[in-house]
Amino acid sequence: MAFILRRLLASIPVVLGVTIIAFLLIHMVPGNPAQAMLFGSNASTAQIAALNKQLGLTLPLWEQYWNFLVQLLHGDLGISYVTHNTVAHELLSRIPSTLALTGTAMLVAIIVGVPLGLVAGIRPNSVLDNIARVVSFIGVAVPYFFLALLLILVVALQFNLVPAIDDGSVSALILPAISLGWGYAAILTRLIRGRVIEEYRSDYVKSARARGCSETRVLLGHVFRNSSIPAITMIGLQFGNILTGAAVTEVIFGRPGVGSFLAASITSKNIPVVQGAIVLIGISYIVINLLVDVVVGVVDPRTRLATAAA
Amino acid sequence: MTTASVNRILTATRRRRSARRTSTVMSTAMVLILVVSAAILIDPGLFTHTNPLFNGTDSLAAPSASHLFGTDQLGRDVFSRVIYGTRPVLIASLGGVLLATVAGVAIGIVGGVAPRTISVVVMRVVDVLLALPVLLIALILIATIGAGTNSIILALGVAYTPGFARVVEASVRKLRSIEYVQAAKVFGSSGLRTAFRHLLPNLVTEVVVMASSAVGWAVLTATTLSFLGLGVQLPNPDWGSDLAAGATSLSTAWWLSTFPGLAITVTILIANFAGDWFMRLIDPVGRPTRTKFRAFRGLRTEQPSAQEEKA
Repeated sequence: MAFILRRLLASIPVVLGVTIIAFLLIHMVPGNPAQAMLFGSNASTAQIAALNKQLGLTLPLWEQYWNFLVQLLHGDLGISYVTHNTVAHELLSRIPSTLALTGTAMLVAIIVGVPLGLVAGIRPNSVLDNIARVVSFIGVAVPYFFLALLLILVVALQFNLVPAIDDGSVSALILPAISLGWGYAAILTRLIRGRVIEEYRSDYVKSARARGCSETRVLLGHVFRNSSIPAITMIGLQFGNILTGAAVTEVIFGRPGVGSFLAASITSKNIPVVQGAIVLIGISYIVINLLVDVVVGVVDPRTRLATAAA
Repeated sequence: MTTASVNRILTATRRRRSARRTSTVMSTAMVLILVVSAAILIDPGLFTHTNPLFNGTDSLAAPSASHLFGTDQLGRDVFSRVIYGTRPVLIASLGGVLLATVAGVAIGIVGGVAPRTISVVVMRVVDVLLALPVLLIALILIATIGAGTNSIILALGVAYTPGFARVVEASVRKLRSIEYVQAAKVFGSSGLRTAFRHLLPNLVTEVVVMASSAVGWAVLTATTLSFLGLGVQLPNPDWGSDLAAGATSLSTAWWLSTFPGLAITVTILIANFAGDWFMRLIDPVGRPTRTKFRAFRGLRTEQPSAQEEKA
């Protein structure tokens, strides 16, 4: 319990840091926010000055940040320059699509990566190990956006098995999830393979065998359990990369998610949306890592002690 | 000496020899690749006589002897666009890693040597940046400074700096307690002098290894950014933006995005091989995986592993 609390406290400055970055963005971007909002309406200088005042941009910086933070806590992320809807509403409506994509991509990574890594690690240099090597080789080297295009070309356009562009159906999720998840499957395969080989050499495996444990029990109860710890940590750490990778995947497959929204907003300089998306992605990343730490702490008591000592 | 033990020694020698031979092949290949990439950086025209911006008469021609990789909608030669597109990708990724290395080492040393008040603040900032995905940091930066190759260099540099800074800081902290650094301090060596004379030389191997294994990731991030249209602007050739431009006519002209995509894939592969090769070259006895670049980033800095406990 104390361990969870300590981790929770440690993430507070990080959360604040993310909000500071998001807040400062509006001041770092060239051009005046009021000008951007009134763009195209031929606004006079007086109108712009009035809007600046209304937006609170004339206040001292720390006061602006304080207001930003208070609004954030109320779920108010400002108003989109483009649609004039609230950013919170626009982001919320896109979250399910992104969650579905990242979730299935993660699933692909785990379903492909974990068994492949285990099999490869149990019998290094076997046929299966070589298959695993090829899979991870492709996953690491082929960029996911290129893989996505190849999949569209072959699976969707040549054989017409699944739709290439998102039409809301479940089958339209298959290609994006595979193209996004493959790279992480590769990383996971390599990691687990290495760990399994290492764990098999350790003393506790020898002693478990000496005690008369069956090979299945050695594998599942000892080797797999110990190899899963770095794998869990890695899945958490990769979550942020999957989230941003989803941005590109969403653009390719025309999926209306948070990521493609962020990419489009950066190009159109729709700063409130960019701010909101940064806070959303940053905080969900922090939360996921917090959860991962708790899970790892449950599986591996040593980490709890390590955090206590630090 | 039994036959078995003689056999064992023989196999061991043979294995060592074959390992050396493969490393010679590897080194030759790597030197060749380095020369070719340097040549492309200096003048892409050495490898193709076609101007990548020249609009030919036959548009959307499939790959043939006259156009190895085919042509695009405006009749431009895809092969020459791929060759010329190498430049922005290499410049952006190598420049970004270089920037991140220099900044990361500087920040890491400050974090490791500076008085507590300063180092805590610096490393907190590093922690915040580590808590954000690389691509997001790069996107934020490009949102503020605008698109272009220089922006990508800066974005990659900033995005990868925290990873370097964290590792360097940890090493500096470890080094500080070693006798000769302590001795230097006793003999009145100033902080800056200690950093340059005693800390930096000991960090070089680790930093170079980390930087070389970061290049592959940097290539991926750089091409992702230009794929999103945030790098080199059309009509200038660039793998990421050409790939994106070709994606719209995927069903009719597969070669438009396939060749730039293959170029990216091959580059990432070469970068990874080169990283491994370089690592073995400068650190033949070291544990190869120890200081690999932490592409898997996050709040946690170190995972206590069973391996370390045994060591």
